[in-house]
Amino acid sequence: MKPAAFDYVRAETADEVLSGLTQEGGNARVLAGGQSLMAMINMRVAKPKLLIDIMHIKELRQIERKAGAVVIGAGVRQAELLAWPGLAEALPLVALALPWVGHAQTRSRGTICGSLAHADPSAEMPLALVALGGEVHLRSATRRRRMPARDFFAGMMLTARADDELIEAISLPVLGEARCAFREVARRHGDFAIVACAAMPTPAGIRFAVAGVADVPTARDWPRLEGSALDDALNGFAYELDARDDVHATARYRRDLVRSIGRDLIGEVLQ
Amino acid sequence: MNRLEADARHPVRFTLNGKAVEAEAEPRTLLSDFLRQQLGATGTHVGCEHGVCGACTIVVDDMLTRACLTLAVQVDGCDIRTVEGIAPSPDRLSALQRAFRRNHALQCGFCTAGILMSLDHYLSRHPAPTEEEIRELLSGHLCRCTGYTPIIRAALEAARLATSSEETSDA
Repeated sequence: MKPAAFDYVRAETADEVLSGLTQEGGNARVLAGGQSLMAMINMRVAKPKLLIDIMHIKELRQIERKAGAVVIGAGVRQAELLAWPGLAEALPLVALALPWVGHAQTRSRGTICGSLAHADPSAEMPLALVALGGEVHLRSATRRRRMPARDFFAGMMLTARADDELIEAISLPVLGEARCAFREVARRHGDFAIVACAAMPTPAGIRFAVAGVADVPTARDWPRLEGSALDDALNGFAYELDARDDVHATARYRRDLVRSIGRDLIGEVLQ
Repeated sequence: MNRLEADARHPVRFTLNGKAVEAEAEPRTLLSDFLRQQLGATGTHVGCEHGVCGACTIVVDDMLTRACLTLAVQVDGCDIRTVEGIAPSPDRLSALQRAFRRNHALQCGFCTAGILMSLDHYLSRHPAPTEEEIRELLSGHLCRCTGYTPIIRAALEAARLATSSEETSDA
């Protein structure tokens, strides 16, 4: 449970990070809050040759309210976003989901973007990014690109980030008055979710998103459904997510949670 | 770019419980091991080494921090508090520690250092916590002796005594 050897750089500028990533490619990893990456490194699931610490780069530590979106830099800690005065008004879904990310003792250090980079299928921030239809801002030494959330998550703990790219920030749309709902089932508050769900209204009806069942957080847009039509849609979705049995819960239990939480949250949002 | 090489030892300086300390660490050295092995500060315990059990919880620059998920080289220049810094003097326990003792909030003591750090940090910011808030905070720690109930009792009692100052002395 001790890390394998690596070089360490405390980067002062984003350019230093990008040149490190260009030189080392997949052998380099960006270290932000360390709450996911360091656990992987301690268990030697990850064995980088170079760790690039980005927490001393001021430009990455900002939360910016822009027209229609909030941009959250790579160095913004989960506790910092939770304490941001604009959170409940601008990002009500994140305000509901963020207290479920880890524990107070890990949110204090862990970053929003780090949780997204880790891409655990049951994690709350990837679910929020997909549910809100946010974007990931990727930057390498030679290019910048923005990727929609649904393209970013490529599989279990796998993202579409190229080896030479830094997740510079994410942007989350501000939905105005929309009522959001979030619910999670875990053995203990702060543990990874068995199932986590989010719901929100869309102009045409409803969006419902689920984490903890498929390999990636998954959202569906439906027209305004009620009664048996809603039950059928939820049942179909629950099966499409291709749940599996594991030590925490059976596939059947997960499908049941998707159906029952889905019915509750959608009812809550459409009230 | 100042690249610290993997196979060399590099100086690390920080403030530990108010005192300046310095020692050398390889980049891969965990802060938990650095505290215990390089600095001899063995009050911080090491349990799971992947951030789950909470035994190694300390305070770095006013942030609750898992020392096992932190590199020694990361905290160069930081202000660090560990359980050794909680008591007001070597022969006196803090009010929180006394409440732990009165309420049997520890048995084997392995998890205690981390829990004390979390509670000390939390109570200094939230002097009148609810039981629910204490339970929520303790969800970041594992204790396999007490069943948590006496820990919650001790935390609430310490908070109550701190605000009412009704405590005079105890054994």
